Amino acid sequence: MSTSAALSAGPRPAPRYVDDVIRAAMILTMFWGIAAFLVGVVIAAQLVWPQLSFDSEYLTFGRLRPLHTSAAIFAFGGTALIGTAFHVVQRTCRASLFGGAPLGWFVLLGYQFFIVIAATGYLLGITQSKEYAEPEWYADHWLTIVWVAYLIAYLGTVLKREEPHIYVANWFYLAFIITIAMLHIVNNLSMPVSITGTKSYGAWSGVQDAMIQWWYGHNAVGFFLTAAFLGMMYYYIPKAANRPVYSYRLSIVHFWSLVFMYIWAGPHHLHYTSLPDWAQTLGMVFSVMLWMPSWGGMINGLMTLSGAWDKLRTDPGLRFSVTAVGFYGMATFEGPVMSIKAVNSLSHYTDWTIGHVHSGALGWVAFIVFGTMYYLVPKMWNRPAMWSTRLIGWHYWIATIGIVLYITAMWVSGIMQGLMWRAYDELGFLQYSFVETVAAMKPFYAIRLLGGLFFLSGGLIMAYNMWRTIRGEPESVPARSQPALAA
Amino acid sequence: MKFSHKKIETNVILMVVLTLITVSIGGLVQIVPLFTIESTIERVEGMRPYTPLEVMGRNIYIREGCYLCHSQQIRPFKDEVERYGHYSLAAESMYDKPFQWGSKRTGPDLARVGGRYSNDWHVAHMISPRAVVPESVMPAYPFLATRRLAFEDIAQHLKALRAVGTPYTDEMIANARADLKAQVDPDVDPTALEKRYPRAVVGKFNGETAEITELDALVAYLQMLGTLVRFGDLPPERLRQ
Repeated sequence: MSTSAALSAGPRPAPRYVDDVIRAAMILTMFWGIAAFLVGVVIAAQLVWPQLSFDSEYLTFGRLRPLHTSAAIFAFGGTALIGTAFHVVQRTCRASLFGGAPLGWFVLLGYQFFIVIAATGYLLGITQSKEYAEPEWYADHWLTIVWVAYLIAYLGTVLKREEPHIYVANWFYLAFIITIAMLHIVNNLSMPVSITGTKSYGAWSGVQDAMIQWWYGHNAVGFFLTAAFLGMMYYYIPKAANRPVYSYRLSIVHFWSLVFMYIWAGPHHLHYTSLPDWAQTLGMVFSVMLWMPSWGGMINGLMTLSGAWDKLRTDPGLRFSVTAVGFYGMATFEGPVMSIKAVNSLSHYTDWTIGHVHSGALGWVAFIVFGTMYYLVPKMWNRPAMWSTRLIGWHYWIATIGIVLYITAMWVSGIMQGLMWRAYDELGFLQYSFVETVAAMKPFYAIRLLGGLFFLSGGLIMAYNMWRTIRGEPESVPARSQPALAA
Repeated sequence: MKFSHKKIETNVILMVVLTLITVSIGGLVQIVPLFTIESTIERVEGMRPYTPLEVMGRNIYIREGCYLCHSQQIRPFKDEVERYGHYSLAAESMYDKPFQWGSKRTGPDLARVGGRYSNDWHVAHMISPRAVVPESVMPAYPFLATRRLAFEDIAQHLKALRAVGTPYTDEMIANARADLKAQVDPDVDPTALEKRYPRAVVGKFNGETAEITELDALVAYLQMLGTLVRFGDLPPERLRQ
């Protein structure tokens, strides 16, 4: 789908891209990443040593856990998405950002403000207690404004593009922005108790609230953590590998099937609950089918490397991206398996779910962000390469070992606890009291903590490498006005 | 006419509209019928809106993020029913805003914890979980036992809940503060409260202090969980969804 050369004979000058916002977004992404990993390590330690909440209301697991998940998903992931979305859309459309720097800054800083008011709320006990939709009404309203600005900036840039075709990465970013808007608004409809207070009551209740919440929750996974990061994959892997996307047709098929099917998968979070059976069954069937479009994306990402596999040896940044796609394939196989009701009856409510989430969040989301950053940081600061390639390699192995420790510990503890809950002794009584199953988790929680520490250490190495790269002497020839992507 | 994807990928407005349609279908099919099919919520007797004190207790449960470790949803399995009691009904969370079914059991399910332990047990457990259950990994909540419950705006809460569909009457809203006190203060006659909110559990839940504390509200909420529907005299066909 190379069309950029068709319009004019000579190389055209690139437009003046809005890049300061992107540079700021990358630094903020690194900051939020460290914050998210750190809070994760703290709450993992609290499950080994519960005294670590120090009897303080601000340090309980219940208040810190949303801080961890929101920092990871919305702060680290979301800031990376805003930064890369602005980079990808300008480069692939060969157009400067619609609304220019002011709109770009408004989106980025407005989003940071949302993160700060949401996060301080959690610590103070201001939460809706809806998983991954914890921010209260005032933060939700503010996010809606920022999100509309984000859509305007993105759509406006696509509309004024010089390239006739809209490159595939943009489809995914757009689907992400639109769908998240829809989910956010419907799931968060609520009535504040008072206009000056923080508390509100939601429009939905009970079983309908459960369905709407997991329609939202699973598609926060599907569109925030999947579609958007696939957009990232579709631009940065071809760029870093210097190869075109493997199959154009596959990207069309898997895009439309993915966005159609994902939205149905929510009820697999509600198997065997008071949600009517028909909805559970629909959720299960679509979750299993979802395996195919997910692997369509994985195959398209991995096969883009054909003819360039040797780069994995020399480019550890690209190794991150490719490993990310591998973890994506693994997590999107595990997900459908866990959505089968018989499997879910064992896995639900246990650490298996936590392990599954982290193979996606650490292995896929964080790794694709790391790979992208290692490609983008030298580009955006006009450096020939990252300050240290060796440190990228160290980061890669430390983080990978961390993930493996984490998810294997959670597999064992999850399956073990699920089996202990349903175990009967020879006299026909339940064999274990609940608290015996809690005590049995302890060694695995310690291993998980170790895995988290590894992952955090990798993040710190990356932050140091990034700082040295940014601080270093600039290249004499500016490498920024590169031609638009022709992949 | 042969279909070509080119039309879509050269027209961003068309692409946005088609994407919006594509992502809307699943949600519409799964969500709308839950509001229109009457049998979604079982027709059982006994459910009522929360008492003012229970509303405040539930808000503390929400504030502290208890749902992150405790589910309120018993699945219809032999081991769960033996461990926790009758499987949960959709009707039992019909006034829950938000629902608190949870997704993880780091601690046990609480859907039917009401009446299982004494008030004193709950108070001791919240102040120092490991003093009561040595293997517990729950954080300690001593601050709940000493902090005065702020309930001056309780009528506002009931009004907001009514605005989003909870059937509080004018009488309930007008008496919200009196009802809250009647449930926890031994010097107030609870007859009117019990008439408005059948089967409300009355008592000084936190015996450590005479003040109305946050822990009073939280324990009042815990002690009513799963107690409203009487399963003994319920024919099975009434439970069909």
